[in-house]
Amino acid sequence: MNRAQLWLPVLYVLLAVFAVIMVAPFAWMICASLKNKADFFDALFLPGGNGFLGVAWDRLTLEHYQRLFAEHGVHRTLVNSIFLSSVISVLATLFTAMAGYALSKFEFRAREILTWFVLAMLVIPAPLLLAPGYQLLHQLDLLDSYWGLVLPAAAPAFGVFLFRQSILNSVHGELLEAARIDGAGEIRIFFRLVLPLVRPMAGAFLMITFLGVWNNFVTPQVVLQTPELFPLAVMINNLRGLYGTDYGLLMSGTFVSIAPVMCLFLLLQKEFIQGLTSGAVKG
Amino acid sequence: MSSSRNKSLARATHPAWTPWFFLAPFLAITAIFVVWPLGGSLVLSFQQTFGPEATKVVGWDNFKFLLRDPLFWKAVRNTTLYATGSVLLQLPLALLLALALNHPRLRGRTLFRLLFFLPSLVGLIFAGVVFSLVLETRTGLLNHSLHALIPAFDPEFPWLSRYPMAALLLSALWLYVGFNMIYFLAALQSVPRDLLEAASIDGASAWQRFRHVILPEITPVTHFVVLLSLVGSFQMFELSWVLFNNTTGPNDGGLTIVMYLYRTGFIVGDLGYASAVGWVLALLLISFSWLQRRLRVRSAEGGVA
Repeated sequence: MNRAQLWLPVLYVLLAVFAVIMVAPFAWMICASLKNKADFFDALFLPGGNGFLGVAWDRLTLEHYQRLFAEHGVHRTLVNSIFLSSVISVLATLFTAMAGYALSKFEFRAREILTWFVLAMLVIPAPLLLAPGYQLLHQLDLLDSYWGLVLPAAAPAFGVFLFRQSILNSVHGELLEAARIDGAGEIRIFFRLVLPLVRPMAGAFLMITFLGVWNNFVTPQVVLQTPELFPLAVMINNLRGLYGTDYGLLMSGTFVSIAPVMCLFLLLQKEFIQGLTSGAVKG
Repeated sequence: MSSSRNKSLARATHPAWTPWFFLAPFLAITAIFVVWPLGGSLVLSFQQTFGPEATKVVGWDNFKFLLRDPLFWKAVRNTTLYATGSVLLQLPLALLLALALNHPRLRGRTLFRLLFFLPSLVGLIFAGVVFSLVLETRTGLLNHSLHALIPAFDPEFPWLSRYPMAALLLSALWLYVGFNMIYFLAALQSVPRDLLEAASIDGASAWQRFRHVILPEITPVTHFVVLLSLVGSFQMFELSWVLFNNTTGPNDGGLTIVMYLYRTGFIVGDLGYASAVGWVLALLLISFSWLQRRLRVRSAEGGVA
């Protein structure tokens, strides 16, 4: 015990140093988004001066953010990303929870084959479907529309697998039977009984899917052509190509792109981390 | 009495259509948008296409050309290097961080965990833009700080234009080390306390406890994290794409398998060839999972020390 106590200060120092390293790129990005071009090159973080804490606060500027909204219409792009991520994550959570429920709580002949089918779907890497998926969307006339992004992403096998496990563990058969005896309809049982019981899992999956869509670049890049429809990842990549040396603009754009998911994460942190690790540690 | 019981039991069963009703959206979407294109990709991989419509059957030519294309092998080499480098850099560090955070007397565990995990939320595109500036010569955060700490370090050190793999591995380390740490931490927290106490009473040193109690207990999670890292790293594309400004990087040093697929499919416009690349990648990834499963079965049977 004594030696463990001896180690503790060293541990704090090492962890603090590492924390500074991990946070530094965020801090640097935020500072860069608030500096004018000359200050970007002169000061590593904030420009020095006579203000509070030796920083020239009055030299900081919001001009990059103003240009981002006024000239590049980032508010529209932000709404696009919020819309796509919300719609896809809500649909994916609903559809995969339904399928997971069917595969875990019902006895029917095709159940085993379908469970194997879900497991087989898990192995398919997304890039394999990129080219044929594009061809299919072309044939269905869904290219350059949100339907072409939403529909293919609305029922990932991964979710079915997670919900199947979760419902097997936390929803008891007797409970469902009792509800049926009481005369509850099947759809009502699912929404009123099953879904609330797997709420932590649903929250985590919702968040994971939201994040995945928000950060996805390849699919919207391939499917969409109209700039008004672009989500943030595509827009930021284009900004980098067109204004590669406009550091203030790039960093303010990146900050606007990652701040919303950070806030969402801080709200749902506990569920998110539990959901992330639940499959791995038990299985 | 018994008849009313039977009656309520009969009422307690669900109609036969119920499971199918709940499965319908998943099955319909998967059939149309996964199974159908999967079949399509098998057909496509034996065709040459110019955009989505003009196609020509070419037999095995795509695969033959692919296996002879030095650029493809360059992509395979880079991707393998990136994947192994990621695993070897990230996982030991992630485990060390998890061990540190698992110290019973540590305060502020939640805050540290949060700070280490935050970068994993940043998408590859956004992280790529940030790191393309962080790794810039002279003005970049990394060279600037390294030069300030170690004056001998050259502030012009050309990460992006000369050492593309180092640039990729550093960015990926920042992005994912906290993500991997979360898994190790969860595994460490589920190691039985009494097992560790028993080892302490028997006089086991900290290292012996780690080597003979903790490490075997967390093996399943280690396997999982290794597989997850490998499968993820082998599909890396965006980070490299942004870091090297929508190019393959200096001397094609940032070219990955998926970038090769994307370029042939959507810049050259040959969806057939891109599908062939997709199948080679899929076979590679499936063989990893298979190999990993074999390894796990063997270590479970043999108990190799």
